[in-house]
Amino acid sequence: MNKRRIVITGLGAINALAKNVDETWEKLLQGESGISHITKFDTTDLTSKIAAEIKDYDPVDYFDRKLVKKLDLYTQYACIAGKEAMEDSMILKSSFDPTRFGVILGAGIGGIMTFEEEANKMFKGGPRRISPFFIPKMISNIAAAQLSIDYGLKGVNYTTVTACASANHAMGSALRAIQYGDADIILTGGCEAAVTPLAVGGFCAMRALSVRNDDPQKACRPFDKERDGFIMGEGAALLVFEELGHALKRNAKIYGEVVGFGMSSDAHHITAPVETGEGTSQAMEAALKDAGIKPEQVDLVSAHGTSTPLNDKTETAAIKNTFGEYAYKLKINSTKSMLGHTLGAAAGIEAIACLKAMATGKVHPTINYEFPDPDCDLNYVPNKAIEHDVEYAISNSLGFGGHNSVLVLKRYEQ
Amino acid sequence: MDIFSKVKEIIVNELSVDEGEVTLEARFIEDLGADSLDTAELIMKFEEDFDLSIPDDEAEKLRSVGDAVNYLTSRLN
Repeated sequence: MNKRRIVITGLGAINALAKNVDETWEKLLQGESGISHITKFDTTDLTSKIAAEIKDYDPVDYFDRKLVKKLDLYTQYACIAGKEAMEDSMILKSSFDPTRFGVILGAGIGGIMTFEEEANKMFKGGPRRISPFFIPKMISNIAAAQLSIDYGLKGVNYTTVTACASANHAMGSALRAIQYGDADIILTGGCEAAVTPLAVGGFCAMRALSVRNDDPQKACRPFDKERDGFIMGEGAALLVFEELGHALKRNAKIYGEVVGFGMSSDAHHITAPVETGEGTSQAMEAALKDAGIKPEQVDLVSAHGTSTPLNDKTETAAIKNTFGEYAYKLKINSTKSMLGHTLGAAAGIEAIACLKAMATGKVHPTINYEFPDPDCDLNYVPNKAIEHDVEYAISNSLGFGGHNSVLVLKRYEQ
Repeated sequence: MDIFSKVKEIIVNELSVDEGEVTLEARFIEDLGADSLDTAELIMKFEEDFDLSIPDDEAEKLRSVGDAVNYLTSRLN
């Protein structure tokens, strides 16, 4: 099958470091941490008291007051990043067929803040106190629906839910939908707003989060020997995927090309990865095959790199399985060292970081790398950004449940 | 505070409309831009703030500010 080519023509992001793409990228290059003590709620009884929160945020700066109470925070973030991506792509200034323009987003959890608020109302005042907006605010597909309403996008529209891999599955699905001919343009990526007492408490109960509460900026240390868990983050990162001919016809700015996607399932455990890394390797190999490239052509791996003891060790093993000796020449980095783990939004910001690396010839660091771990002995771009020419980048995202997903991006050439 | 003033205050907050728009004749959906979910929430707010329960078959008849004021007045007297 002769595949249609898909390029990226718009980017948008909001996260703990910044409320737009350019500032996010500058801070990632500087190695700035967005992690600090949680301010949204009382953390006295929680083991982890730190997160990469979005600070100085007032929804009224972005939305009509009437809309604010109808949108969960995760949908607000999606709309903000979506607006930046749409404006960046200049697509609204061109003519397009709205029935060929879709939205596919990832959300790992969805409107959990709304869920908590309404559950509290029910426990206090009974079921008649539940807001009629509860269900439409909370469901994890509503952000994609809201964007279609905002811009009149009448094409394919759905949400992928694979925990921390959600945005990668969304982008992979968007790639396939355009390749197959179901749409010409898709607004895609991921969104999450789960820095809430219930969600943080739940991850604490799993012992999944870092408890380095006395030194938040040093808490997230992917691949470092002293890593002790991930840090909750929040935000959204959206991209405009567009069929090449469609983009060229309107003279769109092109950030890069999406050339492959691979998926697999560990079939092993609800939260723990297979220690050999074979599930992740299988997904990386499927992605490289889909892109039609050899492992040695990859210049950058945007790792899942969560800073949990098990993930970083297993992911390193997986990279070695797939790349062999070449694994030691790869540059590997983790946005999570600075942005925390934005769960369903994570793969979106990672794709943007890969595209920015292609455009600038700079690769952002993995910060807080101090103590080498014999199980993690690859080049993780420790602490300082480097100059590095990137033609092909892959982005790994692995979700609880054993969902492995790998996206392959390429610098655009005619 | 009289019932109309209190109803007006609730509607201004819930529907994010200007106080001047909230006349006795104003209808929630046609004039004040509410949808079916907004009106359901408005009824809940009346129940909460006036400390009473409004049965669904009666709630359905409250389509304007005047309907609500008259209904609440009759219930509270």
